[in-house]
Amino acid sequence: MKWMSRATVNLFLVIAALYTLLPLTWLLFASTKTLDDLYGTPGFAFADFSLIDNIRAVSSENGGIFFRWYLNSVLYAGAGAAVSALISVMCGFAFDKYAWFGKEKMFGLVLLGVLVPTTATALPLYLLASKVGVVNTFWAVFVPALVHPFGVYLSRVLSAGYVPNEVLEAARSDGAGEVRAFVRVALPMLLPAFVTIFLFQFTAIWNNFFLPLVMLNDQHLYPLSLGLFTWEKQGNAFPEFHTLVITGSLLSVVPLLIVFMSLQRFWKAGMTAGSVK
Amino acid sequence: MRSEAVRRRGAVALFVGPFFVLFAAVIVAPLGYAVYLSLFSEKSSGLGFGGTETVFVGLGNYLDTLKDRAFTDGFLVIVGYCLLYIPLMIGGALGLALLLDSGLARLRRFFQLALFMPHVVPGVIAGLIWLYLYLPGISPIVDLLGGVDFLGGGAVLGSIVNVALWEWIGYNMIIYFAALQAIPAEVLEAARMDGAGRLRTAFSVKLPLIRGAVITTLLFTIIGSLQLFTEPMVFDNSSDGVVSTWTPNMYAYNEAFGNNDYGQAGAASILLALLAAVMSYVVTKWSNRR
Repeated sequence: MKWMSRATVNLFLVIAALYTLLPLTWLLFASTKTLDDLYGTPGFAFADFSLIDNIRAVSSENGGIFFRWYLNSVLYAGAGAAVSALISVMCGFAFDKYAWFGKEKMFGLVLLGVLVPTTATALPLYLLASKVGVVNTFWAVFVPALVHPFGVYLSRVLSAGYVPNEVLEAARSDGAGEVRAFVRVALPMLLPAFVTIFLFQFTAIWNNFFLPLVMLNDQHLYPLSLGLFTWEKQGNAFPEFHTLVITGSLLSVVPLLIVFMSLQRFWKAGMTAGSVK
Repeated sequence: MRSEAVRRRGAVALFVGPFFVLFAAVIVAPLGYAVYLSLFSEKSSGLGFGGTETVFVGLGNYLDTLKDRAFTDGFLVIVGYCLLYIPLMIGGALGLALLLDSGLARLRRFFQLALFMPHVVPGVIAGLIWLYLYLPGISPIVDLLGGVDFLGGGAVLGSIVNVALWEWIGYNMIIYFAALQAIPAEVLEAARMDGAGRLRTAFSVKLPLIRGAVITTLLFTIIGSLQLFTEPMVFDNSSDGVVSTWTPNMYAYNEAFGNNDYGQAGAASILLALLAAVMSYVVTKWSNRR
């Protein structure tokens, strides 16, 4: 009986893992196939191995625009997440370590910001940006992603836990100014918060679709997701786009998977900090 | 002493300034501007010749939006989506977390990683992968199942629920699993001493103790569902079941870009943001009272 239940538990877990992994496995198989084999051969089997040809086709389509999209995504997500994490950590640190007039009211505003869904602001952002005349620019997609209220909340909590007041006092009595004390003393202690917020924001920006969709017309400013989306839309008329989308999807997912597997410790810490109290 | 206070005030301004300036610029101002726009409407003058003029209509756009069948149908889609998605998601993720925490699971790190992997895949790409898995001719499963029409009107809701489930089940499971791991060993020991079996412990001891985590994820799942946009947009092109105003967010998008009606688009966005805020408020209140 006991052996039975151990087998059942693991069987369920194996089924769940197959559910999550098989679609990715299919993507791997599909990206090695020619268009004809994509339609003509079983999904989970190799046919003529043409992954290299497919990658070549992706790279040469429309003058190599795919790698431009790649670069854009890296810029939007990488630089955006880094700036966003710094802004959040600074702000959370100040909420924790300083007293000022109206502080808790402002923190209430931050918490309210956590509840505003990002897609609810995408269209209003577009309306405002078109009024101001900044639609279809790099900044229209980059700047909105810098604000991450949850990061401020997390930084305040982690600053209270990681940065002892005595250490800051010691730095001050050594003659360090407030900024210097933050950069030299507090920031290194808040590195886990920084990395966690960075990862959060990196994924959020990399995954963002609504905002670039409304903001951008110029293909050269597209991030990967929007670029692949526009390729897919052409797939009905021109089936060869199916192979481009499939191989392009694989190329854009693999680096993400590698980064995430290697930084497990950080995202797990960040995810659970928000919900386990 | 005074100069110290001034210096500190300067530092605070420097630390919180960037966040709040950006907060005002990308959250407060756009929402405010959308509210402003939503109070006006473009009316064509005369017989539709010549230009248009902007007229103040008060809450007219909101009433029009609420009366628009396309908008209310979008909410019905979300209600149906939630009824299907939330039990499957929360139940599935909880079940998997309890299995992983049961003490009988092997390879626990592998399973956590494997179940989480889809969450790393961006929403558009998850939508694209599943679109191909549903697309007759390319899909390895459609023929296997005797030509089921995953993208037709009757099935497409379930097909999209499945994409969301695939993306999020591992994420929620990891949150529940972490909460389960945080339960003190003495509590579980006490339950065992009282003669509770594994199942009994799971349902009567572990579940009530991780209620907080469950409610938090429920809150985020509901707010996420209200915003449903990416996956149906990806499916829109290939599915008969998805129309361009299929969800409230798609409706707002369509008002702005299909109909060029910024007032109506603003009204729809604000209604959606309000509803999300009210819902999270209600769920938070409810969970604090219990």
